[in-house]
Amino acid sequence: MTQTKQQESESPIPGTYLFDGAAAMKGYALNKMCYSFNHAENRAAFLHDEDAYCRQYGLSGEQREAVRVRNVIGMLKAGGNIYYLAKLAGLLGLNVQDVGAQQTGMTLEAFNARLRAAGD
Amino acid sequence: MARIVGGLTTSHIPAIGNAIAQELFEDPYWKPFFAGYPPVLAWLDKVKPDLAVVIYNDHGLNFFLDTLPTFSVGAAAEYRHADEGWGIPVIAPFQGDAEFSWHLINSLVADEFDIASCQEMLVDHGFTVPMSLFWPEYDKFPIRTIPICINTVQHPLPTPARCYKFGQAIGRAIESYDKDLKVVVIGTGGMSHQLDGERAGFINKEFDLLCMEKIVDEPESLTHYSIHDLVRLAGAQGAEFILWLAMRGALGAKVKKIYSNYHIPISNTAAGVLVLERG
Repeated sequence: MTQTKQQESESPIPGTYLFDGAAAMKGYALNKMCYSFNHAENRAAFLHDEDAYCRQYGLSGEQREAVRVRNVIGMLKAGGNIYYLAKLAGLLGLNVQDVGAQQTGMTLEAFNARLRAAGD
Repeated sequence: MARIVGGLTTSHIPAIGNAIAQELFEDPYWKPFFAGYPPVLAWLDKVKPDLAVVIYNDHGLNFFLDTLPTFSVGAAAEYRHADEGWGIPVIAPFQGDAEFSWHLINSLVADEFDIASCQEMLVDHGFTVPMSLFWPEYDKFPIRTIPICINTVQHPLPTPARCYKFGQAIGRAIESYDKDLKVVVIGTGGMSHQLDGERAGFINKEFDLLCMEKIVDEPESLTHYSIHDLVRLAGAQGAEFILWLAMRGALGAKVKKIYSNYHIPISNTAAGVLVLERG
């Protein structure tokens, strides 16, 4: 592989948060909480008392704030993994298009239109 | 001896599971997607495999970050789906074949693939959606399954080249089993999509079509990509294409394309279907 190719292949991809070891360590508490949402009783407990539930899992201040304001990019920066975060999003009534629209700053209609246009 | 009769691919996103549960087969949004499947079912009806080896990725149902194997193989008599947290209906269990699983495990480890073996393994939409698409009545039908899970959750992911070699080892393992079984190998997931970050919604039709073409006769040309390349070209979750490469590795050098279909979008994803027979 040439040097140029190597540099291209390793350079950061704009708008992309690779979930690597550093993110996995940083995000462990947040992801563990989201993993717990596989169980209905845990989803109910979160909805009943969000603060207490987040405290129980030891979320960092950054993670707690991102969850409090429902900011998906903030959750990713705090080490969240999208597969676990999707469980939180689902619990909040958001699907992956809602989450995509929020992250890209687009309206849901514009985000969906862009997906459809990718097929043209 | 066991014999590989062919390989299938399909996307596996959870929205498909919901669409099946709600029977949206004629819905204008879903119709072009579901139209891709009757030819696959016709092929399966003709070939009648006894067992499906399903190469998929878990998205946080069976595995958490406490213990996350790169490659894992089911070794259970039955595999259950369970609540995944966001509302996809839980569907009936799938029949396993523990004896065949242990043959695969023994063969793969002897072949230097040090997999994790799982006597209990919940299967998520990555497994259940493809099974529901290919065997809509799997619960009344004696199709046995072996789930093989590859980590696509946490980097480092295994490289495309490694997954292709893993598939070759799966192929050798299947064909060294001394019982008469017709086996189909399924690669799930993809195609291009990205769920997270400001780049969410990324789809790359040109790259997907290149992959669908090259995987038939020149699969090794696709093994030169790095994971970073796949993320750049196919999106963060488009890296699931490594699951297709593992399927392709299992089929051996020569294959014949029986059928393909490609559709954009379903949910945030480009969907691709392939039916390959051994050439």
